[in-house]
Order: sequence, then structure tokens, then C-alpha cells
Amino acid sequence: MTVLVIQDLNVSFSTEDGELLALKDVSFEVPEQRIVGIVGESGCGKSTLINAILGLLADNGRICSGSIGFEEAELTTLSATEMQALRGQRISTVFQDPMGALNPVLSVGRQMRNIQYRSKLTRAEKDAHSVEMLRLVRIPDAEAALKRYPHQFSGGMKQRIAIAMALMMKPALLIADEPTTALDATLEVATIELLRDLQQQIGCSVLFISHHLGVIAELCDDVVVMYAGEVVERGTTRQVFNAPTHPYTARLLECDPARQTERKRELPTIPGEIPDLRQRPAGCIFASRCDQRAEACAAPPPDFALGDGHFVRCVLAEAT
Amino acid sequence: MRSLRRILSEPLGAFGIALVVLMVGGAIFADQLSAFDPTRISPRDRFLPPSAEHLLGTDQLGRDLFSRVLHGGRIALSVAQFSTAVSLVVGIMLGLIAGYGPRWLDNLMLLLFDSIKSFPTVMLALALVTLFGPSLTSVVIVVVLVNIPGYARIIRTQTLTLKAAEFVTAAQSMGASTARILRFHIMPNVIGPLLILASMDIPVVIAIEAGMSFLGLGVRPPTPSWGAILNDGFTAIRDTPWIAVAGGLPIILTTLGFTFLGETLRDVFDPRLKRRG
Amino acid sequence: MSAILDVRDLEVAFRTGGFLNRRDVLGVAGVSLEIHPGETFALVGESGSGKTTLARAVNHLQETSAGTVSFEGVRIDRLDRAAMKQVRRRMAMMFQDPIGSLSPRMTVGDLVTEPFRIHGEKVDYKAETERLLALVGLTADFAARFPHQLSGGQARRVGVARTIALNPALIIADEPTAGLDVSVQGEVLNLLNDLRERLGVAMLIITHNLHVVHHVADRMAVMYLGRFVESGPTEEIFRAPAHPYTAALLSANPEPDPDKAQDRIALPAEVPSLLARPSGCEFHTRCPWAQPRCQSDAPEIVDQGSRRVACHFPLAPGATPPAKERTA
Repeated sequence: MTVLVIQDLNVSFSTEDGELLALKDVSFEVPEQRIVGIVGESGCGKSTLINAILGLLADNGRICSGSIGFEEAELTTLSATEMQALRGQRISTVFQDPMGALNPVLSVGRQMRNIQYRSKLTRAEKDAHSVEMLRLVRIPDAEAALKRYPHQFSGGMKQRIAIAMALMMKPALLIADEPTTALDATLEVATIELLRDLQQQIGCSVLFISHHLGVIAELCDDVVVMYAGEVVERGTTRQVFNAPTHPYTARLLECDPARQTERKRELPTIPGEIPDLRQRPAGCIFASRCDQRAEACAAPPPDFALGDGHFVRCVLAEAT
Repeated sequence: MRSLRRILSEPLGAFGIALVVLMVGGAIFADQLSAFDPTRISPRDRFLPPSAEHLLGTDQLGRDLFSRVLHGGRIALSVAQFSTAVSLVVGIMLGLIAGYGPRWLDNLMLLLFDSIKSFPTVMLALALVTLFGPSLTSVVIVVVLVNIPGYARIIRTQTLTLKAAEFVTAAQSMGASTARILRFHIMPNVIGPLLILASMDIPVVIAIEAGMSFLGLGVRPPTPSWGAILNDGFTAIRDTPWIAVAGGLPIILTTLGFTFLGETLRDVFDPRLKRRG
Repeated sequence: MSAILDVRDLEVAFRTGGFLNRRDVLGVAGVSLEIHPGETFALVGESGSGKTTLARAVNHLQETSAGTVSFEGVRIDRLDRAAMKQVRRRMAMMFQDPIGSLSPRMTVGDLVTEPFRIHGEKVDYKAETERLLALVGLTADFAARFPHQLSGGQARRVGVARTIALNPALIIADEPTAGLDVSVQGEVLNLLNDLRERLGVAMLIITHNLHVVHHVADRMAVMYLGRFVESGPTEEIFRAPAHPYTAALLSANPEPDPDKAQDRIALPAEVPSLLARPSGCEFHTRCPWAQPRCQSDAPEIVDQGSRRVACHFPLAPGATPPAKERTA
């Protein structure tokens, strides 16, 4: 069973300089109990994607076409109230900045109780559940923690509290938007391991967004590579990292300093910039920066199936 | 220019600009547009209602009200311009010093600002008039004193925020002097919002001038000030209401015009509002 | 050759607490380092390690409370403003936020020539702008742009251009790859390497990104709670870290290889507060190899060839932590 199915999603924004197509024909799935990673750099559309799923697009944004299937519902057709009912309960989010989830003027215990507003438990039972969750994310002295305020915790702890809050109602899908980007390396790996353990215990699916390739390789079962609002490659982590087929994926992996085992004088880069998304080229969006560019790239590239669920949006893949 | 178009596309903005242009134009071309000398007394023509010859009627001394209103506009606008300029310059300087300087200086200046602000405007006006006598100068001084603390505080807060900005630290690391940092790095980034605010204060300035003149603390007769005209018409309002109207109407129109314009300016320049295409 | 930068036993103390309970917190708790002409030295540490404080203290943007900083043979930590201004011609600094460290209402041209203006050098500004932009790989038409019109990578390059304007002997770069996409990080690092070769400038790089360090730094030091725990040639340290914290840091940077077994050295996640420094060796509360001695005695700095380690039991090459802490 799949928890989330995104099919040919297109999202655009109205700006003073014209229509900006932020997501173009985005398709991928998040199966039950799998961790799916989204890899991309700035401008790839990750934030837009999350906002579209959660129904939180800005006023000047809209879903032009496509579908977002979550469990049995079609999210693009739900009303604001219905979406609100889903958020925090069936779909929850963890952000890069834990203060995105934590209210600085309410105690941790109070906030965790508020999240449980739909359950019929008594206050004491809700608090007990909160303590259980805090213990799960390894917050020391969990009962005392309930009475404290967010600013009394360190950055790493705040993030763990945010994770606890996100998982409290045992959602079907946890969206983690760069949750470890602001953390130091040792803290980052501890948080990743925590997420992995929790995912197994609670049995939810995770959509993990990051630009940190090493973390994605370690944590995620499947990975979706995004560039300038399009999915350029997707498959299992092994497929994509061991046999990157799209030129962007290949170059991205090359550029990651962690891949360079010997000391190099000259580090690889991808020259150029993301094109202006208000004037998308007719053909492949990556063509202007691709070293394997061919004439065929002037036409819109197809989504080519390489087999076993490994897809790539590149005209060159067909040739091989 | 795109900003101008944006302002005009908002109905309130367009209306505001129209009113402002009207009032400012009237003031600039007061001489050309006045059929009569605003100070010419004509006992024969006292209390004439509005007509083709006297567009707003005449007052208790037979002076043409339309001409007086036009010339009154000059007073109002020149006071507004001059005092706003002085308030801005002094306010910005004090604000920069308070924000960027040492803590004790900041505290001292805040004390100063708060002291001035706690004086009710009318009392301040009375105090100054006692010192300097009623005149345009008194009006200007009152307006300037009333406005400086507000402007200084705004600049101070912005300066405090920017003091910690990385580009300021970068300038310090290059050896830039305090004067240089204030002038090139802090000031250009803090005055923008202040200018918009100041333009919205113009109606307030005009109101202060009119109010003081109304109370007899401002310009002396026979100089035509809207407030003075209002005062003249006040006593005779039952029988000859047009005098009061002549005094009050321009005040209302100018206030509306600048307020609408200022509000629209603020919305247009607010970077946080996402614009629709 | 004598050192360009010589830091001895430097301490930076911060006042905390209110009027009644004033306490001093040591952000930098005794650091010594040397940088030679043309050399790149990296300071590595996590948040709270004191690396940024140290960099600012070297540049006199931060007052020091003990120890000395000498630059080109002259002691600079107690210099007055005017004298320090002259030093700043030879020591330039780059900051973390690529766009935020550029004044928003100044054009690129104004920004890169500002050092000339500050120091009263009468030059042909236009020519210098073109020269500096060319050195960092930007075309001359960038001169009219404003910071918000630049990408992260471009802004970073403008920052570099500004830093080399007066041909400094030492560049301090605070997190040069922060805020940059992976595909663009290489640009900055290549640029810095290139400039080092061309201009012979020495560099002090502050970063938490170990992989970056590996590619640009000749020598490095690892900081923890305001002190060096290990320092020496980069290559050697990467091959065989001697301090447990260094080993943990190295293992905490996963490679993008899903098949690689993670031989991770896990650390209890919380860094102790600077207000409550652990006794003895300050790392003992999180160290997988900790022994009773580590809690009671502060370690001496041991010289191992060109390396220095502050540990009672420096690791042998290839050491793995005692079984219970390991995660496979």
C-alpha cells in the first residue's frame, strides 16, 4: 500500500514578472513504512512540494494540474478545514528550525497536550503519553521537561522534542524538511539514527528532504532527485547512488566532497546556474549545464524506466 | 516608475495623488489662480456667500476666501516641508548616534526623547509662544520638536538591529571608521521606511500649524492660514458657514490626500506582501 | 621562515550573569597556533567550540583577556584603532553569510573597492574593480549589480574579491562554503586554492565541514570547548586521528554510499555548557575511551612528531572504541 502518491503535479506562482512554474510534472510514491529521500539544491522546488502536499501554498501559488493521493484521499480536492484536520495528525512535519514547530511562550507539556486534542484521554493520560514520547527521543528527565519552555533546551534537544511532537499521533507520513541541516555533524548523525529507530517503532513512512547526500544514503530506502522543479531521477538509494543515470545526479555525487577520498587540488563543480523558471526552456531543463548535451535534448525529455522502479528523465537514457 | 504605476493602480493611491497634486498645485500657483489680493480688505463686500466672482465667498473683512485659501496653502505646505526636513535630518542623526554609540549615550538620549514626547503638544506650543511670540517660527519649532523623538527612535531601533549585521562587521574588519559605517552602511538601510512615515506625518504637521493658528498662537493676521480662516469662521458659523468651510475643507482634503498616498506608498514598498501578477 | 601569525595562550572571556552574579565564561580557553606564509590552516569544531570567537579575536573584532596575538612579528592584540587599521590592510576577513556580509545598498563595484576607499588609496576604481572581478572569475558587468541580485556562489566570490583587494598576507575565511550548494562549493574552494598559488597568501579557514578541510588545508586543528584537542598536518590527522573527538568527527560524516557499513563512533549528543566545564579532560563526559584518570587530571599536550594531542591515551592508528559504544 502506498501512503503518498504524487502524480504529474504542476505548481505555479503568479509573480509581477510573470507565471513561475515551480514544479513540473512531478511524480513519485512513498510506500508504507519506507523512508523516501528528496535530494536537491536551492531552487529545486523542495519547499514548494512540501507546501503543496500540506495545502500551505502561498496566496499567489496554485496547483495547476496533477494529483496528490494520501491514503484514500485526494489532497488537491480537500477543503482548508479538512487539510487542517490531517496536519499534525495523519501527516506531520519536522522543520529545519525546531522553532518552526515550538511555540516559545507555551511549556513543552502544554504544547504536547494540545496536539492530542482529538484523543479522548484525560489530561493525566495525555501527559503520560507525552512523557513516553519524550523518553523515546531520549530527552533526559522527561517529566520535568514537560514543565519547561523551549528556550531552556539546546538546539539538538529542541529538534528531538519537535520530532516527538510530530510523531505523537502516530501519523502515517512524517515529512522531515532538512531537519539536520542546522545541526553539527555529531548531532546530525545521532538525530538520523533516532529517526531511523523511531520510524521502525512507529511504523510510519518518512519523506526526508535534504541536500546532504551522505545522510540520504545512510537513512533512506528510496530517493528522488529534484532539479529546478522536476524529478530528474528516482529509485532505490542503491540504484541512484551506485548507478546514477541522469547527468545531474552523476555530477552531484561527484561534487560531494565526501566522495573524494583522496585530496584533490581541483574539486569538481557544476558550472552555470539554474535557468529562470519564468521562462522554462522547451527541452530538458538541465541541458544548459549538461556536459552530455545532445541535439535531442532540445525536446522535452521522457520519463524513462530503467527497470525495477528506477526512473530517469533523460533522453540519453533511452539510447543506452 | 514601476512604483508610480503601482501607486496609481490602487484606487486610494490614485485618489491620494490627485488630491495632493490639487493642493500643491493650488499653493504653487496661488498668485496666478487668485482673482483678488488675499489681504485686501473691502468692507462693502463683507460676508458675501460663494458666487462666481468669489468662489468661496468673503469673510468678515470682505477678503476673498478663495484667494486666502490658496495662499494659506503656501503657508501650510512650506511649514510642512521645512519642518519635516529639519526633523528628519536631526532625528536621523540623533537616532544613528543613539543606536550605534555606547550604551550610556543611548540611555541618555532615550531619556531626552521621552521627556520631550511627554509634553502635550499644546502646552509645548504655549511655552514656546511665550518665549518667541506667536509666529511661523514658533510653529516650526513646535512641529520639529514634536517629530524628532519619534523619528529618532525609529532610526535608533533599526540601527541597533543593523549594528549586529554581518556586513557591518565586515566593514569593521576592513578598518572602516564609525563615520563611514554610519554613513554608507547603516543610514542607507534605515531611512527608507522613515521617509514613508514622514510623508504620512505631513497631515499632522499641517494640523499642528492650523491648530496653533486657530488658537492664535501661530501666524499673525492678516497672513492667511487655514487655521486662522477656520478661527474667523468659527464665531460666525451660524449665519455665514462658508467661512468655516473655506478654512476646514482644505485641511481635510490635504490630510486625506497625504494619508491615502502614504498608506499606498507603504503597501507598495512593503517587501513582505506578495504581489499578484 | 618565520610565522605570519603567532598566537600564544590566547584566552577570550565573556561576562555573563546579571549585576549580582557576574561570571566569566571562557569562549577561548588557551590556544596557541602558528601560520606560515603561503600556508592554509583550518580550524575545525562544532558550535560552541570557540572557533569563530578565536578568528574574531585574531582580527581584533573581539577583545581578548589573556595571551598574545602577533602578526608579521608585531604584537597586535593591544593595538589602538588607528594602528590596527594599518594591520587590516594585511589581514583581511571573509564572513559566513555570502549575501549578508555584503552591504545591501552598495553595488558590487563599490563593495570590492571599499578597502581602497577606507585606506585612502587613490586608484582607478573602475580598473581595480575589473581586475578583482576577473581574479575571482566574474565578468565586469557584475560591477553594477546589487547583493540581492547575486546567487550564493557569486556573492561568495565578490566577498573573496573584496578580501584580496589590498593584497593581504593573511586571509581569514569563516565558513567559506556555508550556505552554498554542493555543486557550487567546489568553485569557492578551487578559487581559494588558486589564489593561494597565485598570490602566495596564507589562509586561516574556519569550518565544521571536515571534507572541505581535507582538500584545502595543509595543517589543521580541532577545537572543543575553546581548546585545541589535536593539531597537525591534515593528511596525517585524516589518516590516523589521535584524539577520540577527532575520530568521532571523522566518523560522523557519512559518505554518500549506501553500501558502506557505518563504523560510527557514537557520542552522547549533548555538548557540556561552557558555564559548567567538565573536570579533568573536558571531553571525558562523551569520550568512548574514557578512563577514570580522564575525569580527574587535565591532559598535557603531547607532541607526536609534527602533531600535538591533548589526551591521556592518544589513539593508535585504526583504533576502535570499546565494544559497547559502537554502532554497526
